[in-house]
Amino acid sequence: MNTTIRILRYGDYDAMQKAGSNIPATNSSNHATSTAPEWPLWEVFVRSKQGLDHKHVGSLHAADAAMAIENARDVYTRRQEGVSIWVVESKYIHASNPDEADSFYEPASDKVYRHPTFYDLPEAIKHM
Amino acid sequence: MEQMLSPEAQHFQEKIDKEIKIEPKDWMPEKYRHTLIRQISQHAHSEIIGMLPEGNWITRAPSLKRKAILLAKVQDEAGHGLYLYAAAETLGISRDEMYHQLHTGKAKYSSIFNYPTLTWADMGVVGWLVDGAAIMNQVPLCRTSYGPYARAMVRICKEESFHQRQGFDSLLVLSKGTPGQRRMLQDAINRWWWPSLMMFGPTDDASPNTVQSMQWKIKRFTNDELRQKFVDVCAEQVKLLGCTLPDPDLKWNAERGHYDFGAINWQEFWNVVSGNGPCNKERIEARRKAWDNGAWVREAASAYASKQQAKQAVAAA
Repeated sequence: MNTTIRILRYGDYDAMQKAGSNIPATNSSNHATSTAPEWPLWEVFVRSKQGLDHKHVGSLHAADAAMAIENARDVYTRRQEGVSIWVVESKYIHASNPDEADSFYEPASDKVYRHPTFYDLPEAIKHM
Repeated sequence: MEQMLSPEAQHFQEKIDKEIKIEPKDWMPEKYRHTLIRQISQHAHSEIIGMLPEGNWITRAPSLKRKAILLAKVQDEAGHGLYLYAAAETLGISRDEMYHQLHTGKAKYSSIFNYPTLTWADMGVVGWLVDGAAIMNQVPLCRTSYGPYARAMVRICKEESFHQRQGFDSLLVLSKGTPGQRRMLQDAINRWWWPSLMMFGPTDDASPNTVQSMQWKIKRFTNDELRQKFVDVCAEQVKLLGCTLPDPDLKWNAERGHYDFGAINWQEFWNVVSGNGPCNKERIEARRKAWDNGAWVREAASAYASKQQAKQAVAAA
């Protein structure tokens, strides 16, 4: 199987296309049937219950935000997994670069004094 | 396998060895990427094609309860396909490209779905054996090394257990039914047993990619290990149905602590994989037809979305 692959990762969407434009078709210009471009990709965030954060659960394709929310309901909350849904077009997600993760997060690694357990206090102090 | 690894490749393998998940933007060997794209998209295609043999029985389910259950199950399969397509897309292949590969026969799906579902008992047996075999494969994949794939599998496994249980539940009803219903049940088991065993793929010595996939922790168990586990479980469960598995060589081997079982007809397997199973053409045609007939819906939705966007832009200006 000889497949040419165009790498489109989350953080690359914004760099590769202007807002509002569709993802360019991949190598297969000879699609047997439809030539219409794909619906845009959306990232889905679900609040599982009142009081908790929205959490990323996955992604899906939809023509617009309303459809993305309805599809997200059908795909990600069939068993009452959510009470609230956020969707955002994937191209608007900006991400830190994993190749630079070591240096990027390094400043926090030598600051143990930021943690309460760094401090030895007298036994007499029960709660602090 | 003493080959010189590049620093990136070495770092990659160290992460795998330490059970650190690989995420979409991380460096990965091209072969790892391609193996995953092939495996995840095949898996997604299987979920989507897998809806067809069951869809066959939605309008003919024997009661409203069974119909509602079957509808929910088929809807789950669609969801599972979507989770997996989305996971594959994080590796850089587009959804349309995957569909294209499916519709042109370039990509495979599980050969089991090229068998027909002839009676209502087939619905139960598909749940018990086919979903059962799928679960056996999928549970270890929840720990697979690629993060998005592992997360999709966790979600799928949570839902899949309902599929197997509803199948066995409906078979239990048949097993307590009329002689005709019991015959129908045994007949369905006879037809699905061997294809279910083939779902685990070729034997280990005929599966050249297994070693690399195990080293990358894409796979956690070999095909033969999983198949043996499946045989051991089913050989016991079938007794609860008062039925038998169609294998004269099936017998408990106390020394191995496993059931011995007969030889699989691999010629049949390769025949079905290469497109000559009972329903290969029908399945792909149904899928292509659904895609083609849906084209106007996709186009209309896009047109509506851009109209709305234009309207909003005007209103905002």
